[in-house]
Amino acid sequence: MSAPAGTLAEHLADAEVLVCCGSGGVGKTTSAAALGLHAALLGRRAVVVTIDPAKRLADALGVPGGLGNEPTKLDVPGAGELWALMLDTATTFDGLVRANAADEEQAERILANGFYRNVAGSLSGTQEYMAAERLHALHNDGRFDLVIVDTPPTRNALDFLDAPGTIAKFIDHPLFKLLMMPTRRGMKVLNLAAQPILRTIGKVVGGDVLADAVAFFQAFAGMETGFRRRADEVMALLHSDVTRFVLVASPRADTIEEACYFAERLATSELEVAAVIVNRCTPPFGEPPAKRPRTLATAALYDNLVELRANAATEQRQAAALLTATGVPAGTHTTWCPRCPATCTRLLRSPPFAVCCSTEPEGLRATDPRPVSSSRAHSRRHRCRLRRQRRHRRARRPRRVVHHRP
Amino acid sequence: MDPLQFLTTAKVAIVAGKGGVGKTTVTGVLARAAIRRGLRVLVVELDGKPSLGRLLPDVEVQQLSATAALAEYLDTHGLSRVTKRLASRGIIDVVATASPGIDDIVVLGKIKQLERSDAYDLVVVDGPAAGHAITFLLAAQSLLASVRGGPIHSQATEVLAMLTDPTRCQVVLVTLPETTPVNEAVETAYALEERVGVHLGPVVVNSVDMGPALDAEAAPEGSPMRLAAEFRNARRALHRRECDRLADELALPQLHLPSVAGSHLTIESIAALADHWAPA
Repeated sequence: MSAPAGTLAEHLADAEVLVCCGSGGVGKTTSAAALGLHAALLGRRAVVVTIDPAKRLADALGVPGGLGNEPTKLDVPGAGELWALMLDTATTFDGLVRANAADEEQAERILANGFYRNVAGSLSGTQEYMAAERLHALHNDGRFDLVIVDTPPTRNALDFLDAPGTIAKFIDHPLFKLLMMPTRRGMKVLNLAAQPILRTIGKVVGGDVLADAVAFFQAFAGMETGFRRRADEVMALLHSDVTRFVLVASPRADTIEEACYFAERLATSELEVAAVIVNRCTPPFGEPPAKRPRTLATAALYDNLVELRANAATEQRQAAALLTATGVPAGTHTTWCPRCPATCTRLLRSPPFAVCCSTEPEGLRATDPRPVSSSRAHSRRHRCRLRRQRRHRRARRPRRVVHHRP
Repeated sequence: MDPLQFLTTAKVAIVAGKGGVGKTTVTGVLARAAIRRGLRVLVVELDGKPSLGRLLPDVEVQQLSATAALAEYLDTHGLSRVTKRLASRGIIDVVATASPGIDDIVVLGKIKQLERSDAYDLVVVDGPAAGHAITFLLAAQSLLASVRGGPIHSQATEVLAMLTDPTRCQVVLVTLPETTPVNEAVETAYALEERVGVHLGPVVVNSVDMGPALDAEAAPEGSPMRLAAEFRNARRALHRRECDRLADELALPQLHLPSVAGSHLTIESIAALADHWAPA
């Protein structure tokens, strides 16, 4: 399938699911939050899901009490709505077990199992699968017409795509098969000793771990079908054209490389990048004077401008490489008010794009002054310069630093 | 006081931090600086893309992969016969699923072996990426809680003994001078100290824009020079503020590294960064 081409704003207007992906530290959460706010300002009922327990989304959106596993409605102007939630993997997994269990007794047996408690939080891919699962549930929730997912910070940022398959793999797991076959004949945990393979494994990992695992898989019997069906539905949603993938990167060689790799990986799953955000670009500022000034102070300013422009040029080259590699058509990589040293918080608390330059939001906090940027909309940059300057003057007042630890 | 004193207090230095903060850079710079001090250095890379071998051509760099280490471990612990019966990948999945964290403990076990070796004075480990560092270092603890006997239990006990001994091992946290990374570094530091009991070395703040404030008003308002100076001043002020806040919230010494603009790391850029800590 192929996602419709369009600008990011167009995707925000007509997509039902936006998946923000990219490697760690590039600003996925901030981008997801900004996209959510923009969608709400376009009149959509958007919900932003983050899996990151580090309170980043709550910070970015300025929710003082933090976010929970259930959607919290945020205050945005206009007809649209913005909701946010922080996924609790274990609770979501518990819910899935309850939903698929034949009866209360089976659910309780699984939830109380030590092996399950271990696996629910730590099996690789569980977090990702639960994010995909929650995405599916929210997509079917009548309160929202757009779900924006901030994918988890994984080791290689790709696990999210494999997640629905992970749960199926888990069910088809060699250990599961090994244990479930004898179950049909009523195998008990004691019979373990008769199984040479299990006995050997038990020697390494300890017999009680294995006993818990056996009990878990026995209790799990009968639930595979439900789990597998759900995994297929989630996979189908990710592949449907109401879902768009937004690749977030920063303009550094290593993250650009990872982003290119990620795009390739999407392509092998027959998915494609619908839009690219290159975050934290240095603004180009404009041409330096023809000659280096003679006075010491202005010469320093000249050198600074030249240095920053060189950085900006390098970054734009890196960003261009990503656009070529992803095959993203012109206009689908985007920017939020690229030239001002605007804070992400400021972007989030005020209408994005050109309008963001005109207002100084309340409750401003100290955040990164590096702008969210890319190479689109040069004309917009120029258009908003004046308003920006007005804001720069106002922005010089001291900012409050928020401490997150008592 | 010598800021690199810590390199000689413990043999293993695990470089940890969120993805994108520059762990590999810091690992390379620490190794380079240690070599300039005359230390015999081994660099260990975990699972990721091998890159430090290229950046440190004169240093021994060893790759440790969880899968390979686990396979080797199972082989030497009487599972070779079973390995033949199931596909080797299958058996590894079985064991890893039955006991989450076992792959981490096997890798930490290998690091412990290297620590015992007399061939090196310092083992610098380029830690696992993303939020995995805490899970990785907590593996010993969680395994001790779930596995109550057998070779894995004793392995975990030995690994924990190494991790919690400040004369053998320390963790060097890497962060950036920005709000979120600083918050995360503080949280990670508390988690590592309270839950793992590991000793924390200095915090490395990477990509710090250092330098004095520019006199922006010397250029006309709205001119490119003025805008660029204001941008630079705002960024430097933020970096100073975040470093100060980090110092307020974490009573650990800080080491700063300047940013390297946009391009790839090279042998030269690693050496140039090392000049900041240990001039050649």
